[in-house]
Amino acid sequence: MALLERREDGAAEIEDRFTRLGDDDALPGSGGVLVSYSRFSAEREALLSRDGDLGVWLDSNESPTQLADDLDRLAVVACNFPAFNDGRAFSYARLLRERLGFKGEVRAIGEVMLEQITFMVRSGFSTFELKDLKELDEFKRVCDEVRVVYQPTGDGRQTALQRRLGS
Amino acid sequence: MYRYDEHDHALVQDRVTQFRRQVERRMAGEISEEQFRPLRLMNGLYLQLHAYMLRVAIPYGTLDSRQMRKLAYIARRYDKGYGHFTTRQNIQYNWPKLEETPDILAELAEVEMHAIQTSGNCIRNVTSDQYAGAAKNEIEDPRIWCEIARQWSTLHPEFSFLPRKFKIAITGCDNDRAAVKVHDIGMIMKRDASGEVGFEVIVGGGLGRTPFVGKTIREFLPKEHFLSYLEAVLRVYNQLGRRDNKYKARIKVTLHETGKEEFARLVEEEWMEIKDSTLKLPKEEVDRIAKHFEPPAFRAVPEVAPTTDARAASDAGFASWLRHNIFEHKTQGYSIANISVKPMGEAPGDATAEQMDVMADLADEFSFSELRVTHSQNVVLPHVEREALPALYDKLVEAGLATANLGLLSDIICCPGLDYCALANARSIPIAMKIAERFTPAKQEEIGDLQVKISGCINACGHHHVGHIGILGVDRKGEEHYQVQLGGSATEEAALGKILGRGFSADEVVEVVDKIIATYLDIREDGEEFIETFRRVGQTPFKERVYGTA
Repeated sequence: MALLERREDGAAEIEDRFTRLGDDDALPGSGGVLVSYSRFSAEREALLSRDGDLGVWLDSNESPTQLADDLDRLAVVACNFPAFNDGRAFSYARLLRERLGFKGEVRAIGEVMLEQITFMVRSGFSTFELKDLKELDEFKRVCDEVRVVYQPTGDGRQTALQRRLGS
Repeated sequence: MYRYDEHDHALVQDRVTQFRRQVERRMAGEISEEQFRPLRLMNGLYLQLHAYMLRVAIPYGTLDSRQMRKLAYIARRYDKGYGHFTTRQNIQYNWPKLEETPDILAELAEVEMHAIQTSGNCIRNVTSDQYAGAAKNEIEDPRIWCEIARQWSTLHPEFSFLPRKFKIAITGCDNDRAAVKVHDIGMIMKRDASGEVGFEVIVGGGLGRTPFVGKTIREFLPKEHFLSYLEAVLRVYNQLGRRDNKYKARIKVTLHETGKEEFARLVEEEWMEIKDSTLKLPKEEVDRIAKHFEPPAFRAVPEVAPTTDARAASDAGFASWLRHNIFEHKTQGYSIANISVKPMGEAPGDATAEQMDVMADLADEFSFSELRVTHSQNVVLPHVEREALPALYDKLVEAGLATANLGLLSDIICCPGLDYCALANARSIPIAMKIAERFTPAKQEEIGDLQVKISGCINACGHHHVGHIGILGVDRKGEEHYQVQLGGSATEEAALGKILGRGFSADEVVEVVDKIIATYLDIREDGEEFIETFRRVGQTPFKERVYGTA
């Protein structure tokens, strides 16, 4: 398992600062933790007042709008892809960035398929847990494979229409 | 018609390169069939019963002669010399070799075509009225909006892994020839009280195993909000649509389970957030695209066409072709000519490379190089001078393409069925052929407008739910078996057919169709079409004749 971070020119493998806790795991005294939404809901106060960065991971049936009031206190929101073809998290990432204004790390976890990375980047994901990445170049390659985009999203990439209008 | 600019070209070319690399990885064994499957499906490549099948998009069914010739060339060079026009205005090749598919896509890219999103759980090729830009009572050419939707939906980052496939159809006429009410989203162009043009938005129609007629969730959508509203519908569906059961994943089920009012409310709520975002369409861009759909340089010709009229008076075959295959054009002295791709004894929708070449030549000679593919699997020359119809007819006769059966019994919509398709339970093409052969052209003419639609399984690719006579092939204890239903329609008066009763064997089903038609001929009132008679009398008389009881 490798954690990659999207960079201006491709990606870099980074160290995971967050320990992913099961719902019954003891809370470590310090360091970043990543907890499920249900644990976050149950232990919200304790988790938010704790020393150390906090992240929440959402399953594909959990909308980030439920986190709206706490987003400014979260360092990372992770969205789970239980299967490559469960595409709900593409909407969640866009809502996090474009609707809820979340500036922290948005992480793709679960069944993250290399060929989907470009859609994930466009939707607002910034880090990616990849199971079988052979080389970093592959990441860059899939992101650059198609030069033109038609849809305006929060990634700020210039669309075909913006190019046409010369803006 | 729309021509790619540098950006459109670059995208399609990049997509070809991308797919070529994916195929190479598959051929080299670097990725498994399981890993390759979602990749190939995003590019219209299915694995069928005997071979791969490649589905090529014909955006909103519009193409020019250059593109038709390319389709012919591909049929000849990479397939067995023919292609199959589909009910979604696309073309399918049934025998391509996997390793050659990137070359086929490269050939297509040369003529501004592709296979992007012709399969997979994404937004599919947007379909439209085959007479768009030529029909008499059209509010506006809907293809402008289809093209805007095509670009917006192409490689959409958020909507490429939807709960299920997603089909959009747009028409600019009250007479619905695009079956918009049986699409995931159907849009009908209309004017509001102030005369402004916009869209009625219909959601949640569809066929398949759970058929629904779509419901209007917005009476009037102003044009500039076209994309933001689509995005709102898709965003609601992407989050709400069921992922636990693929048979309940289409938006028709989402709408049904959520309720129309609540679904519409969720869409409006989402739309309010994004309606004034960058998705709001600038007039310059709409105008730029609209320019591509400006009418061709029609000649000023008189309404009367003496040569055509004289020929019709003396040639019954020509007169019949005029009556059935020719439609009124919005421009004086012009006609819309339908080419039936359903001659007797052929699989509905199949066209040989030679026929495609002929149609391309005829488009150049008679129709400003323009062609259309229809959702009933025929081809249209949209702009033919009325006085040139005899010359066109003679050439069609020569090419075996002058069958005068448009809208008649033998103009059957039919899926590939068990002869080709891995999902099918029963054959459908042989049934279509047997039914068509049963009735002479004269008899068909006597029967009049009658739509027979045949599907080889409950996925309903042959649209049997909306056939006046719908036939569904099922598997009964290992035997091919056929259910018959009556009263369906895919027009502005969309309705789903009702099952008549117990099913029939392949041998019996033709007899049953015969009895149904005999009943209609016995009881019809003056000038009444089959569907009108059915709506008047219901199922009972048909049941009595078919089963001997009520």
